[in-house]
This record gives sequence, C-alpha cells and structure tokens, in this order.
Amino acid sequence: MLKFLIEKEFKQLLRHSFLPKLVIAMPCIILLVFPWVASYEVKNVSLCVVDNDHSTLSSRLMQKVAASAHFRLAATASGYSRAMQSIESGDADIILEIQPSFEEQLMRGGEGQVMLSVNAVNGVKGSLGSAYLLSLLSDYAAELRSERIPAPAVAAVGSIRLLPTYFFNPRLNYKAYMIPALMVLLLTLLCGFLPALNIVSEKEAGTIEQLNVTPVGKLTFILAKLTPYWLVGFIALSIGFALAALLYHITPAGSFGTIYFFSAIYILAISGFGLLISSYSDAMQQAMLLAFFFIMILALTSGLFTPVSSMPQWAQYITVFNPLKYFMQVMRMVYLKGSGIGDLLPQLIALCGFAVFSNTWATLSYKKSK
Amino acid sequence: MSAFAIYAENLTKCFGSFTAVNSISFSVEAGEIFGFLGANGAGKTTAMRMLCGLSKPTSGAGVVAGYDVAREPEKVKQSIGYMSQKFSLYEDLKVWENIRLFAGIYGMRGKHIASKTEQTLAHLGFEAERNTLVKALPLGWKQKLAFSVAIFHEPKVVFLDEPTGGVDPATRRRFWEMIYQAAERGITVFVTTHYMDEAEYCNRVSIMVDGRIEALDTPKNLRQQYSAPNMDGVFQRLAR
Repeated sequence: MLKFLIEKEFKQLLRHSFLPKLVIAMPCIILLVFPWVASYEVKNVSLCVVDNDHSTLSSRLMQKVAASAHFRLAATASGYSRAMQSIESGDADIILEIQPSFEEQLMRGGEGQVMLSVNAVNGVKGSLGSAYLLSLLSDYAAELRSERIPAPAVAAVGSIRLLPTYFFNPRLNYKAYMIPALMVLLLTLLCGFLPALNIVSEKEAGTIEQLNVTPVGKLTFILAKLTPYWLVGFIALSIGFALAALLYHITPAGSFGTIYFFSAIYILAISGFGLLISSYSDAMQQAMLLAFFFIMILALTSGLFTPVSSMPQWAQYITVFNPLKYFMQVMRMVYLKGSGIGDLLPQLIALCGFAVFSNTWATLSYKKSK
Repeated sequence: MSAFAIYAENLTKCFGSFTAVNSISFSVEAGEIFGFLGANGAGKTTAMRMLCGLSKPTSGAGVVAGYDVAREPEKVKQSIGYMSQKFSLYEDLKVWENIRLFAGIYGMRGKHIASKTEQTLAHLGFEAERNTLVKALPLGWKQKLAFSVAIFHEPKVVFLDEPTGGVDPATRRRFWEMIYQAAERGITVFVTTHYMDEAEYCNRVSIMVDGRIEALDTPKNLRQQYSAPNMDGVFQRLAR
C-alpha cells in the first residue's frame, strides 16, 4: 500500500509546475545572495573628516584612514557643525575631527588630539566602526613613535604586543560561519513548508476525503508524504554543498556522512512539524501564515545571527525547544571544527526527540474520521 | 441483521445542539440499488458519511458489510467504495495512475491491477485516454471514471453521493447502466440524487426530511401511497 502512495507523491511532485524548479533554485539563491548580505562585518563606514590642522601629519592620518577597507572617506568638512549636518542627513556615520595644532603638539612630544563623533542609530555599526578607527589611530601613533624614537630606546621603554591565534576559522571568515547555518535555513524552508502546503492542498481539493474513506493507515499516509521530502532535502543540500565549495571554497572539516546523517533526522523532525501545521489548517493561507510565523521565530532564536548565549535567560529557555538551534550547532561544528557524531550526542538526542515528538503529535492529530 | 449489506438502527448525528440525522433506521439487502433522497440539508450526506466510517455516530448503530461503523470504521472502509459529490480523483495523475493508486490502496496486486485496468478502460471506451491527465477529461467522463475506480476493487457496497450532478442526460443514462451492471455483479449500491427520474431506477427509495426518514418503499408503492403520477410528485408532497 505504501509503495503505491509513495509512487503517487513522486509523480505529483515531479509533475508540479513549480516545485522541482524551487528545489533547484532555492539553494542557488540562498548560497549566491545570503552569504554576502548576512554578514556582521562592518565595511564601508562613511567617514567625514574635519581637518582643523591642515598639516603633513594630519593629511597622512587622513590617507591612512581612507586606505582602510573599513572606511570610505565620504566628505571633508570645514567645521564641526557642517560635519554634523552630514551625519544628520545620513551621508556620514562617523566624524573624525583633527584638532588645531595636532602636528605641533605631536612634534613637541605632547598629545595630538582628535575627536570622534559616532552615529549610533545602528549600534553595531557605530561601536565596531569606532573600534576600528581607534585601532587605526593607535597604529598611527605607534608608527610615528617608531619614526621619531630610535628602536633601542623603544625597546627600553617596553610594550605589550598581542598575538591572538584564531582556532577553527583562522582568517575570521564570516561566510564560513554563516554558510553552514544557511543550509539549515534552506532545509527548514523546503522540508518544513512544503509538506504542510501539500497536505492542505489535498484538503482544499477534497482528495484527502477520498483517501480517508479508504483503509489507508495514518502512519502509511504520513510516511508516504514525508518520503519525497527526504530526497528533496538531500538534493537541495547537495547543491548547497557544491556551491559553497565552488564559490567560497568552504568545505566541511568533518565528514559529509555526519552531515547527511543529521540532516536525515532533522528533515524528519521539521517535516513532522510541517505536518502538524497542516493538521490544524484548513486553508492554504492559514497554513502559510502559521508556518511563516513559526519559522521566523525559530530562525531568530536559533542563533543564526545572534549567539544564543547573549540572549536573556528567559529567551535562552525558549531556545531549548528550537530544533533549528541544535541542527545549526551541528552544521557549524561539523563544518568548522570537524566534529563527529560522538561530539554531537546532545544535539543528536535533542533532534531525535523532536522527530519523535512532532511526528507522533502529527499522526495523532490527523483524524480520518470526525 | 448481518445478512443485510447496510443496516442502520436509530442512527443519530448531532453537531452541537443541531441534530443533522435524527434516529434513522433502515436496512439494505445485498445487490440492491437503494435510493437515498431528500432536500438539500435534509441530512443525506451526513448519514452517508457515518455509514462510510468518515463520521462517528452520536448514538445508534450502523453496520456496513458486516462491520460496525463506530467500532470498526477501517474494516468498513476496506469493504466499500465511495464516490463523493465533489469529484475527488487526483487531477494531476493520469487515468491509469488514478486506477492504479486506489486499487493499490485496497491491497490489489500490481499485475492484477494492470490487467483489470485494460478491461475497465475498454469497457468505458477510454483506451485512448489511458495516459490523459484526469484534469483534461470532461466532467461526464470524470464521473464515469470515478465510479469505475470506486468499484474497481469489487467492494461489497458502493456509496454514491450525487454522482450525476451537472452531467448531461445521455451520460447520466450511461452512468445508470453502469450502476445496474455493478448491482448485477452483487455490489450493493447506495445512491443519493436530486433527479427524480433516477429515483425511479432504484429498487427502493427512502426520502429524508429534516434528519428523519419520512418514507421508504419501492418507487411504485410510494407513487400509490402518495397518489402521485411519478416520484417527482411524491418528493414534492414530502419535502414541502
């Protein structure tokens, strides 16, 4: 009986005017667009410089800042109030004001003064931007010092140099961190939404009643509905892996076996969740809205963009019930740290728990007769 | 009572305070064509859904093909065929694929399905439409196909809910020929309809009014009892 139902699901899926294209297009779009836009690296901070000194050293500072990839010299203003206007109009994010007699003070061995004014509407951009600028300024100060004071003298004063080593992602490549998580999003959208919409469309067409009046078992019905989405998920995921390797040279440090193993369980869990939504929806719009609502909440609390550890305690408790979080941890750990199944037992248990829970609930809530 | 193909005793269905089917009792013999008439909203579809195991009775008993509809709905489903008011084969599957799917669901073997599909298509004159998507068929053809699918696994009872709604007279005629052929093979036919000429074709007819069965007899006896020239006259007097 199951064989005939699975056959039917595949025929319908392949014959669908849109779904097969979606399965190919979705990983492409997510992998081509998202890694570039979903980034916390702050680049192109617009800088407005007010140079009140007009000296050699002040213009050298300006050139140094402009040469950095983080900054874009948006404007130079003749006075602070002019510069402030450019912040208000949104043309500049940071004002760097070089005080009069900047060079003179430095030459005399005193302190050259500069002032930073930062637009903090976007807190992350503001704080990271000013931090970058501060490190540029201290670099510049060190440069000047070494030019003016002979090396042995510098050594005599003594200084601390930081030599950080970055493990797992040595070049601090943000894409290497985001791409594994984007694959989770991809599977969630495809394997969570589609089964829900599929069943609700059978409700709308009335064909589900024709099945309910046959001896098809609930479990058989649900298994037949889920099987195609395993394959759909694996195909989309494989396209994602290929694109990540080709375009960004990002390949998992761990094994593909581990990833596919966890993906199989995750697809089961998230499809079960989709089925659950379909059990409680009678119309397509209702299912769409419900699925969209949950997927948004799940994505935001998954640690996709913001680390779960920086969320308030009560929000962290909510994330305990978020399967996306566990699968995202799995993907990032396998991709970046090369973890194996043995390192991921807590996540394995959590995901299996979700798979059993959502599918049991979905099976129980599917009523063949009312 | 299990000698009857369908047996209902005080079968009742309430939705909240509304009683859709109010304690109906009747029995249908094997191989009989039983017409189930009534105005819109009289409770025909609800009663039929209970007998098919799609809806649980609030009280009373129903036995179909020897199984209790409340306690063994899945066994009832194994023994019946059902064709609903709303056409419900898969529009995006081909003719033969729909037949294969439903035959497979009822546990028929692949080879048997293939050979019987050829017979059925030949009988319907659908050989050329074998690979046509069902959505491309005209309504009358769809209904004939749906009926053939409903009796493909040789059920003991077939339930037809307004099978000929919106179908042209010639196709309706042909449809009733198919119903007679099925009944001759021993399949009990339980059919609802709004066409009174079709009611005349039934062995016995029941007429539901406001959730109750107001009349149940052969068309001939009903005409005499209500001194009406035809079933239409009987219906007009009862359903008013």
